[in-house]
Amino acid sequence: MANNVSEPLFHIVKRDNLDRKKAWMIRAAAIVFAIIVSSILTTILTDDNPIKVLFTMAGGAFGTLRKTMVTLQNLAILLIISLALTPAFKMRFWNIGGEGQVLIGGLAAAACMELMGDRLPAGLSVPNWLIMVLMVISSILAGALWGFIPAVLKAKWNTNETLSTLMMNYIAIQLVAYFVIKWEVPKGAGKIGIINQDTNLGWLPQLFGSKYMLSIVLAVLVTIGMFIYLTYSKHGYEIAVVGESERTARYVGMKVKKVIIRTMLLSGGLCGLAGLLLVGSINHTITTTISNGQGFTAVMVSWLAKFNPFTMVFTALLIVFLGRGAGEISTKFELNQSFSDIVTGIILFFIIGCEFFINYKINFRKPAAAAAHEDVKTAEPTDAETQAVEAEPTDAETQTVPDESMSPQKSVASDEDRVEETVAGKEDDTDDSVH
Amino acid sequence: MIAFIKNLCVFLVAFIPRAVGQGVPLMFGSTGETITEKSGNLNLGIPGVMYVGGICGVIGSFYYEKSIPVNESLNPFWAIVIPLVCSLLGSFLMGLLYCFLTVTLRANQNVTGLAMTTFGVGFGNFFGGSLIKISGADIPSIALSRTSLYFSKSLPFAGKLGWFGQVFLSYGFLAYVAIIVSFAASYILKRTRNGLHLRAVGESPTTADAAGINVTAYKYIATCAGCMIAGLGGLYYVMDYACGVWSNDAFGDRGWLAIALVIFTIWRPNVGVFSSILFGGLYILYLYLPTGMDHMEYKELYKMIPYVVTLVVLVITSMRNKRENQPPESLGLPYFREER
Repeated sequence: MANNVSEPLFHIVKRDNLDRKKAWMIRAAAIVFAIIVSSILTTILTDDNPIKVLFTMAGGAFGTLRKTMVTLQNLAILLIISLALTPAFKMRFWNIGGEGQVLIGGLAAAACMELMGDRLPAGLSVPNWLIMVLMVISSILAGALWGFIPAVLKAKWNTNETLSTLMMNYIAIQLVAYFVIKWEVPKGAGKIGIINQDTNLGWLPQLFGSKYMLSIVLAVLVTIGMFIYLTYSKHGYEIAVVGESERTARYVGMKVKKVIIRTMLLSGGLCGLAGLLLVGSINHTITTTISNGQGFTAVMVSWLAKFNPFTMVFTALLIVFLGRGAGEISTKFELNQSFSDIVTGIILFFIIGCEFFINYKINFRKPAAAAAHEDVKTAEPTDAETQAVEAEPTDAETQTVPDESMSPQKSVASDEDRVEETVAGKEDDTDDSVH
Repeated sequence: MIAFIKNLCVFLVAFIPRAVGQGVPLMFGSTGETITEKSGNLNLGIPGVMYVGGICGVIGSFYYEKSIPVNESLNPFWAIVIPLVCSLLGSFLMGLLYCFLTVTLRANQNVTGLAMTTFGVGFGNFFGGSLIKISGADIPSIALSRTSLYFSKSLPFAGKLGWFGQVFLSYGFLAYVAIIVSFAASYILKRTRNGLHLRAVGESPTTADAAGINVTAYKYIATCAGCMIAGLGGLYYVMDYACGVWSNDAFGDRGWLAIALVIFTIWRPNVGVFSSILFGGLYILYLYLPTGMDHMEYKELYKMIPYVVTLVVLVITSMRNKRENQPPESLGLPYFREER
């Protein structure tokens, strides 16, 4: 009778808690798979053998001391942005406005350098240390402001933060574009060029005799600081509670609005710091593409690390390594620079996909004997159902009967009765199991 | 006064067709995204999907044009069908990927979407760059002017109808497809049972599931259909608006704007027709606003207008907090039946 209603091939169950080691094994496996797929792709495109391709990638990222330092510096910037976004994400505030917050911070720093540097009329001058202090303050404040606006909107009117932060990105980009043309050198060039090239005013100091070290040291400090802030401080706890359940937070007396605004000030401010480093220490100029989409990449870095600051070092390294490695491949084999985006995309898809196997378990169909036993058990409620159905008026319009509702375990008579009231389409379902 | 009105009319007749041209990709994008969001999937990969839709069409027509000698004319049917099918197929695969990750594997939608955008934009620029190299052009772009002719062909009598023809009839067929698709989507969502089911899935998948609606199927179909529609936006941009010229990164941030438009239209594709054109107008308004010769930088500030307007609308809709103007209740959340 019920033989035509077979149990689904597999059944998905949520895992309670997979131990950490296994979870990381799964992620590592996903990365290995992803690398295999991307090297096959590269092999197809370049006719080089995949092992060599991998070596080329590694060479691109760590081939020489300078390359290593640049990789580390890129890592530092991406890491700072990811760390900046993390408290917001932990609070379930989807801040995808990192791009804009970085840019506006960079713009503030560039403004200090421009206006207090070579442009001052002769005779006036601002000491270099003061410029730097002002740069630090203004860029962090500017970034914080860019985080503050969506936070207030969210706290006050529950405005969708994904979209408001996205719009803030474009407003920042256009502001930068405006100032780039306002300050362009020479007129009509469409770019600023190196600011204060001769005087080096407002160029942030080098650490340990290397221009790359400042970002790296700051990134280390921010990583440790963020870990402590999130794990051991009261603020960090509040963020976690708001993220898990806003109602709980309100119930225990936390001021949710205040937490949202405070966290976004921090998030934006740290992004502003990344902007400061990009302008003041690395590029000494500003363009609309200075952050190079890292505000978006950072979202993925932070999420992949499950919002853990130390894990983030590795996820950021993975992304930076891929970017620089694929960049090297594209130069060497004269492929397009966008190749690195494709490889990054593939790896991300694999890692995103593998989370499923960490959170869920797949139980395959039990042997036939066990299934038959379950069929007998469900025979009774089906009879009860048919009676209920006969009493119902038929509605010819509803024909959509999903496969899932045919699975015998699910049909509990009392539950079905309630559903019948609203949707009459169930009768096809029960008819099937009777004939 | 009369002279002013006359000038205004002349300006509008010139301005509206350009605004529509800019608006059509946004219309495709926002209609596609609305359908997707109604199923509870917030697909931030739309910018990538639109790139893929565009480049796949370009790849298809590139090889078709290459197979036909330069001085022969293309077969109109194949010239349109090949890019169209390629574009739809490309964006369909992107949609399928997104669904597989977010619906079947229940991954985080924001992250998946952003990864799709990275991938899609990279995919577009990579193959765009490769085709440019194959064609060996001096300038960094591919010109598919022969295919574009068929895509941008307007009705033969449009030119004879004066201002009416210019404002309403001067567009390629995809522009009308966009309008029809938007109204059709609006009708399906609002007036048909399938639309009702789709909205139920987006509002509360648990309830929909209990009512016997196949949540997974609805999410898959809506998201893939949405991606295919959005992909057409990319195709329209290359083939019609840009006259068949693909250059890397030319499509810009229109995909993001399309996502913002969904909010602007409060999830109504029929409103989307008009607001897309309005946005298209805002997008190019800076070309018409006076700046003076020595203040070119103001143009950059004018370009900010569409984003500021979106932000303001976003805030206003959330301030008014009307129930019918809210996003689908389960937007952005994965559905797992056994999790209650």
